Amino acid sequence: MSIVKIDKITKVFPGGVRALDELSLTINDGEFFALLGPSGCGKTTLLRTLGGLESPTNGVIEIDGKDVTWLKPGARNIAMVFQDYALYPHMNVLENISYPLRVRKFSKEEINRRVSQATKALSIEDLLERKPSQISGGQQQRVAVARAMACTPNLYLFDEPLSNLDARLRLEARTFLKQLQRELGVTTILVTHDQSEALALADRMAVMDKGRIMQVGSPAEFFHKPANVFVACFIGSTPMNLIDGVIEGDKVLIGKRTFNIPEKIKNKVSDGQKIVYGVRPEYVQVSKEDGHGSASGKVKVMENLGTHYLVTIDCDGTLFRGTAPDGSEPKSNSQINLRAEEGRVLIYDKQSGDLIQ
Amino acid sequence: MSRNIFSRKRQIIEERSLSERSFSFIFILLVVLFFGIPLLWLMLAPFDRVASYSIKWPNWTLSNFSTINENPYALRSLVNSAVFSAGTGLLVILIGAPASYALSRVKFAGRDAFLYVLLLFSSIVTGTAAMVPLFLLALKLNLLDTYHGVILVLTGGLIPVSIFILKDFTDSIPKSYEESAQIFGASSWRILRDIVTPIIRPGLAVIFVWSFVQAWGNFLTPLIMIRDVNKSPAANMMYSFYTEGGQAILPLVGAFSLLYTAPVLLMYFYVNKKYGFRFYGGIKG
Repeated sequence: MSIVKIDKITKVFPGGVRALDELSLTINDGEFFALLGPSGCGKTTLLRTLGGLESPTNGVIEIDGKDVTWLKPGARNIAMVFQDYALYPHMNVLENISYPLRVRKFSKEEINRRVSQATKALSIEDLLERKPSQISGGQQQRVAVARAMACTPNLYLFDEPLSNLDARLRLEARTFLKQLQRELGVTTILVTHDQSEALALADRMAVMDKGRIMQVGSPAEFFHKPANVFVACFIGSTPMNLIDGVIEGDKVLIGKRTFNIPEKIKNKVSDGQKIVYGVRPEYVQVSKEDGHGSASGKVKVMENLGTHYLVTIDCDGTLFRGTAPDGSEPKSNSQINLRAEEGRVLIYDKQSGDLIQ
Repeated sequence: MSRNIFSRKRQIIEERSLSERSFSFIFILLVVLFFGIPLLWLMLAPFDRVASYSIKWPNWTLSNFSTINENPYALRSLVNSAVFSAGTGLLVILIGAPASYALSRVKFAGRDAFLYVLLLFSSIVTGTAAMVPLFLLALKLNLLDTYHGVILVLTGGLIPVSIFILKDFTDSIPKSYEESAQIFGASSWRILRDIVTPIIRPGLAVIFVWSFVQAWGNFLTPLIMIRDVNKSPAANMMYSFYTEGGQAILPLVGAFSLLYTAPVLLMYFYVNKKYGFRFYGGIKG
């Protein structure tokens, strides 16, 4: 139940590493917000700064209109779930969950009430007497979440809470986390380097690079309209086609071939402008029939992705990736036509890397 | 085909292991005898009326112990040793634990060099070379013939190594423990008390026992700093069980040695049972 406002936060570590660079961001009330980026992009530093574990070099953090930039971590009424869960090894599950409440001097009855509520919600009532080393990774994660929940914070901070789980458990935990966040309705910020996690969990998300925000938006926006080449490269389970080209009239010249560009940006580009032609492989259709598309080439690599194939096609030295459904996939080394779906093509300026729209 | 290869391999291993086994058996036997014979002597001689350097079925008696009991200084020296050792152990923990925690958590330029230099000089403090300056220092500070004087000197010598080992222990505690407690609103003292101390408790136990044993066995420092025979520790008292001719009175030396060894052994077994002497952190492996 809080709005988090980050205003021009800069963090320079001793030694000169600029982890955050005049970063501004607003996170809405009750939102599940994901911070995504490659390692070293500053996402964890941002989370730790929000939690008060790092102090910013410059800038202001507000939670519900209150300046908390220099407030102690304990005074912010937030809860953080760490990547390694940080369950105290010498305390059993019950002691772990009640520790924050004991620190905050709640009455015994209140502690019991909150602990039983949290453990019930996460179905870990049977584990209370166990030590953290005696329960599984998934259970440890639940205990860590229960400990955070029992504090009834205004804001949850999750630092890669799923990355220590094995693949199957991770999917389960993901669904469960999302459901829990919906029920609690508390603003939650999640840091992850796994884009599928961010896309699946977040209401809105931000992609970061080198201490800056590259794009903020809903997961769908990220998938369909990456704001710049970096995001386009970063998002998507199959790598997006990003091919250098030059504007020639109202077409784009790639190699020796010309391709159509979206109607609505035709007046925003100029002749001879260097651009990057982007389209997701999912929107590149591949067909054996002649006269089907705008280019043809030779099939170089076929990758089976389960329901469909990822096909890499060599068009006179330029490599395109497209998809073909399972069953009608082309043969290796065969000649093939390809066509980018109308309205799915994105044109980026080569110099700035930004989307032209 | 493959089974053949495997069975041949096994045969080779068995052949080799036979000769290897007999060699290692002889080797281990020699080692056991080397360490076992003096121990056996220690177990038998105290109960022998006429003990000598040889090991033989004793002429059973407890009179050696009653002789020691009648010596006014002997039992008192064991108490003195306990005071020196426990005091040193506690002081080492009291100074070493916070110091190692700080050194583990606060980074500053030259920290590792500082630690290694400390370690290098530690052997000097209680070593022979420093004895004259130490004596003069103790004389000036009125620390001669006092318990706390000896405890301070011994502690000084043990602090660097204990900081070094304890720092490794604290290094192995993930920072997230403290950070999560911080976010939950715990103060620094609270974190130290509730989180850090319980986790490094095995390390503290190891260091306490180690310091205790070091102090218990130290001969040189009390020899120089203690004049008063009433304050002499057991290690020094051992030298009073000699005849006027300079001959060791073996039954008494044996009996006293047994009394001298027993507390340390008992303490070792107790701590080992309680904490298991897992040298995790300190000496990994």
